[in-house]
Amino acid sequence: MSVAVEFNQVSKAFGTVKAADSVNLIIEDGEFFSMLGPSGSGKTTCLRLVAGFETPDSGHILLHGVDVSSLPPHARDVNTVFQDYALFPHMSVAENVEYGLKVKGVAPAERRTKVADALALVHLDSHAERRPSQLSGGQRQRVALARALINEPSVLLLDEPLGALDLKLRQTMQTELKNIQRQVGITFIFVTHDQEEALTMSDRIAVFNNGQIEQIGTPSEIYESPRNLFVAEFVGTSNVFDSGLAEQLLGSRDRFTVRPEKIRLGVAGECTVTGTITDLVYLGMYTRYRIDVQGIQLTVAEQNTESRLAMSSHAVGDEVQASWSKESCRLLA
Amino acid sequence: MPFREFSLIRRLSTYFYTRRRLRLALLLALPVGWLVVVYGGSLGSLLLNSFFRIDSFSGTIDRTPTLETWRQVFTDANMAVAGRTIGMATAVTIASVLIGFPLAYRIARFTSGRAKTALVLAVLIPLWSSYLVRVYAWKLLLASEGVAAWFFNVFGASSVLGWILSLPLIGGPSLSTSSLGQFLVFTYIWLPYMVLPMQAAVERLPESLLEASADLGASPATTFRRITWPLILPGVAAGSIFTFSLTLGDYIIPTIIGNSSPFIGLAIYSQQGVAGNLPLAAALAIIPVVVMGLYLTGARKLGAFEAL
Repeated sequence: MSVAVEFNQVSKAFGTVKAADSVNLIIEDGEFFSMLGPSGSGKTTCLRLVAGFETPDSGHILLHGVDVSSLPPHARDVNTVFQDYALFPHMSVAENVEYGLKVKGVAPAERRTKVADALALVHLDSHAERRPSQLSGGQRQRVALARALINEPSVLLLDEPLGALDLKLRQTMQTELKNIQRQVGITFIFVTHDQEEALTMSDRIAVFNNGQIEQIGTPSEIYESPRNLFVAEFVGTSNVFDSGLAEQLLGSRDRFTVRPEKIRLGVAGECTVTGTITDLVYLGMYTRYRIDVQGIQLTVAEQNTESRLAMSSHAVGDEVQASWSKESCRLLA
Repeated sequence: MPFREFSLIRRLSTYFYTRRRLRLALLLALPVGWLVVVYGGSLGSLLLNSFFRIDSFSGTIDRTPTLETWRQVFTDANMAVAGRTIGMATAVTIASVLIGFPLAYRIARFTSGRAKTALVLAVLIPLWSSYLVRVYAWKLLLASEGVAAWFFNVFGASSVLGWILSLPLIGGPSLSTSSLGQFLVFTYIWLPYMVLPMQAAVERLPESLLEASADLGASPATTFRRITWPLILPGVAAGSIFTFSLTLGDYIIPTIIGNSSPFIGLAIYSQQGVAGNLPLAAALAIIPVVVMGLYLTGARKLGAFEAL
């Protein structure tokens, strides 16, 4: 596999805020790569650096081995799907999609077939003559996608493209985006603050915080083995055990975390604690408990399997045993 | 507070509350009355007057309907006046767009906070001083012994000024008595009315559209032509309504600056004042109304009224 995008010691500051702080990153060709982080963590800045809307203060950005750090956006072989879609309001859907080909001087006949193909790809063939203002949010999002993909960029940049959609539509679009990416085989760089979205869609994820990358890995690596406290707490829910409890349970003073779904209630195990249930929320697929253990709030997610429902009826205020295996403990750096 | 069911105010308000149409009628009576009676009525009487004629022997108005006054309007002399006025209004509008765009773009895109307030104020402040004062000030600036002439002289370019003033159509004895001078003053006076709607139009243009255009491979020039310009055109059209109509109707600047060749406004003024030919003045006054009517129809097509 060849390298699609490379960040080499890239830094960018806005005033005193370091949006990107010596970022090093390699994104492979054909990857669905997510940049995940809270707002202000530098993920969008890194995306805009690839697009060319920002230029790095220091360091280099390489696209397929070529240094593009100082090239303007229109000279780069990447396209962007904007957060607000940025559709041209004075053009029809077809004209929006056609725009990139038109400014590059592609012949009209070829443009027509490509526009038709691109609109078919995003299931908007019947809306070609509408104006963006006549479309729903999800449809606009697809137009933005078709407008970018029609140029067959080597890398497609997506800046929180699903942020403005409601939950159901977002889930549909997640699957659709992933399918389209498999179909066209282009490298996708996807910026999001939604950890679930990043976990479901990505081949690999980079977790951003304060302009730096905290961890890069596959979704299961990020979720199952968070490298530090920030990743453990930002991606999913974690129970963090401080040195005192760590010494009691594992015999070492290193802090560690356990995911809520790895903890079992009412049985003893390799690591066992006893606490009081302070809160209980039934969430359909599972029930979430909060358990006070020596002043630490433990979150436990227990799946509502039939056997589970039949045997246990914990209530708020109950004293309960909670246990998990040593394997599920993750030491924090 | 106790519920005072029978107080007069409460009964009145109940009365109006249940009669929506009456409420609306009372509310609109004054403005609609003003528009229809005072404004519409005057326009109607203007139109009516243009179909009367003046008795050249007695100087009194003959109120039998005739097209004779309108025949006088379409003489070469009056058409030349109309043509000169419309030409000037067009030139002033184009110049305002050319000067106003960079200024409006700069204010809208690249300044914020205090700098923006300062620039907007700089555009607006001239409007706070009397129009007459500013026109007279320009007369002095442009006079043959004025600052403009001195400026050319300092740079040893007096011959350039001389050459410009010797040109037909725009030239004259000095800048203050030439059509060029008139054009400069008109443009100066009406420019703010172009800058402000243009600035508002640029503010409404999302930055991401320009980024998207560049992202899709368009050079800055292409982005301007295909995205920026079409999207701010309604603002430009809105501004041009002001610069065009204000130039079209003005009769002060042509009196003070220029070679005293008449504009429509001046012609109307002299027909109704000096000559006492009210029917002809009325007919001439219809010209700008018609021109503006056509202009506004065109501007509406460009979406200027949404941009106002």
